[in-house]
Amino acid sequence: MHVDGTEKKWVILSVAMAFAMVGILTAYAINHNIVPPSNVETIDSVSLHLSAEFAEDKLGLRQTEDGSLVVTMVAARYGFYPQDMKVPVGTPITFRIASADVLHGVHTAGTNMNTMVVPGYVSEITTTFPKTGKFPMFCNEYCGLGHDYMWSRLWVVPKDEIKLGDTL
Amino acid sequence: MTTQVMDSKAGRLSLANIWIAFITFLLASLMGVYQVAERSGFFPQIEVIELYFRSVSSHGVIMGFVLTTFFIMGFGYWIARSTLHIPLWGGDKLGWLGFLISLGGTAMAAIMLFIGKASVMYTFYPPLMAHPVFYIGASLLVVGSWVWCLQMIMTMSSWKKQNPGSPVPLAMYAMTANSILWFITSLGVASEVLFQLIPWSLGWIDTIDVGLARTLFSWTLHAIVYFWLIPAYIAFYTLVPKAAGGALFSDEFSRIAILMLLVFSVPIGMHHLYVDPMQSDGWKFVHMIGTFMVAIPTLITGFTVIASMEVAGRLRGGKGLFGWIKALNWDNPMVLAGGLSLLMLTVGGWGGLVNAAYSMDVAVHNTQWITGHFHLIFAGTTVIMYFAIAYYMWPSLTGRPLYSIKMARLQLWLWFIGMLVLTLPWHILGLIGQPRRIGAPPYSEEFTAPWVPYETAMLVGGVILFISALLLIINLFFSHFQNKAVQRPVMEYAQPLHPVLKLPGLLNGFGFWTAVIAVYMVASYGYPIVQFFLMETHGTFPWSI
Repeated sequence: MHVDGTEKKWVILSVAMAFAMVGILTAYAINHNIVPPSNVETIDSVSLHLSAEFAEDKLGLRQTEDGSLVVTMVAARYGFYPQDMKVPVGTPITFRIASADVLHGVHTAGTNMNTMVVPGYVSEITTTFPKTGKFPMFCNEYCGLGHDYMWSRLWVVPKDEIKLGDTL
Repeated sequence: MTTQVMDSKAGRLSLANIWIAFITFLLASLMGVYQVAERSGFFPQIEVIELYFRSVSSHGVIMGFVLTTFFIMGFGYWIARSTLHIPLWGGDKLGWLGFLISLGGTAMAAIMLFIGKASVMYTFYPPLMAHPVFYIGASLLVVGSWVWCLQMIMTMSSWKKQNPGSPVPLAMYAMTANSILWFITSLGVASEVLFQLIPWSLGWIDTIDVGLARTLFSWTLHAIVYFWLIPAYIAFYTLVPKAAGGALFSDEFSRIAILMLLVFSVPIGMHHLYVDPMQSDGWKFVHMIGTFMVAIPTLITGFTVIASMEVAGRLRGGKGLFGWIKALNWDNPMVLAGGLSLLMLTVGGWGGLVNAAYSMDVAVHNTQWITGHFHLIFAGTTVIMYFAIAYYMWPSLTGRPLYSIKMARLQLWLWFIGMLVLTLPWHILGLIGQPRRIGAPPYSEEFTAPWVPYETAMLVGGVILFISALLLIINLFFSHFQNKAVQRPVMEYAQPLHPVLKLPGLLNGFGFWTAVIAVYMVASYGYPIVQFFLMETHGTFPWSI
């Protein structure tokens, strides 16, 4: 087998580059605690309205007993509920989202709040919004002919503007 | 023996496959123009959302499954004939049987798509439910291609028996690798369709586990891209250096790169599920490491191809560090396409590193960035090589000269320019938050105002691409059906710079590597699939679009 000297160097360099990329990404992810939404938690999408967590009057921003903030949301053709929500700036917020029907996605454009919403499973994603402002929340997965109409707004506001409801 | 297989009948099977590929491609390109026009929002009078999603679904199925599968089958049959010079295993008859199964399946799926009974995207997206005939048709398309896989593998194997110890010609070796890759990777989607979608759409089962369905689809979804790409790599290794008048820099490293693609590309599909809730982050991380390993064969290919081009350029009298680039015969369609393709691969591959990164993907997941990425890598890098391959094979397949080399050059340039004008703005649109797979959505103008200049560019790009697609068909059609016959030229492949007389068995067969993939697959997909049978899951009832 013939191996050219330059080619051998290039192969070594390629392997080194691949491992370096994985290394940098891993170090960055660990350092900034970046974990994609991966909670592997099932739910019966047919009876969300009867569940303790996703019934209509339970949706929205809440504070748990340990003080952390949780947003409970339902994605259903063709909207996110509750719509036009307010959340505080600079605070870690955990979104828990379930689909009442088909596959959806939610992306708060301009932020890293981006997850699929799969019927039968609960999506959970924790993030902190660094800037105040009005952000669109787009459904980013084709969910039927009304998909274009599925979006809402998220208001990131100063912390003192938020009045929290009941604790979970 | 060469004359025996190059008779006028020999090319028919390949020609039939390639014509189906390109006729459907033209149709899907037309849909592409309609889609960018609708999506831009500049023409409210054509906005019919039902038609738009019908078109998007059809465009995806045709470009992803029909163009590719038929083109690759046609190219594969021609490689088998022109490199091995033995009859196909099972004969042409078996090839025609596979062709007819795939064609029948395509017709069934197409009818359902066109009448709006299958607007579920080429990714199927249960619990949206399409007509059962769509799922059955799509399965038959794949089943027909399995006949081709079998013929590729068995033809190579009978040649090896007749030529013990001789290295299998590189083009055939890589095409056989591709058929093994396709067979293994299509098992994921085949399981989803056969065990979930078809029984569910026929009403035999009430509900479907969407998490399992998505996991099975992800098994297919990444390696399928390499099934599409390997034919382009075959052209890089064996046709581009030949057309440039040079030699292949390294036969052995080309084989190593192909084998690495074969082994690394299947068990990494979960990077399509980075933000899906039903898989844990540990598995996603494992698949990310695997995904980055694919960079290694890609970088090796880049080196081998550029080095081969340099050899050709220097043989043409090119001097200095970059003088050889100028000395190359860029007026040759194959050389031109090779250069343009490599440029698109560089830009698109860089974008791919972002999507592939577990920690960066959330910024672009399901945005128009993704659409930009795969159009650049697939429709750009890969399909431009399909065009060049067709131009290269056409005289030997049809016994007619190419109608116009000038038109071929123009067509390739337009495809390259159109693809950049289309996809670079899409990357930017994705970064500023535009979702993929939307029509002209009624979002508030404060969010959509920054999109306008990029959507204008996208429209221009779409029109340029359609003109290019038309030129391709016109050129191939007039070449094929003209009266001017020529003596069929022999398909020529680049020879390695250092002749390969003997190869280690590992670089001349696939048995060991298939076993490696099986172990790797069980390790990386075993538990993520089995988990659905271990935990309590809730199936989902069907929904109409």
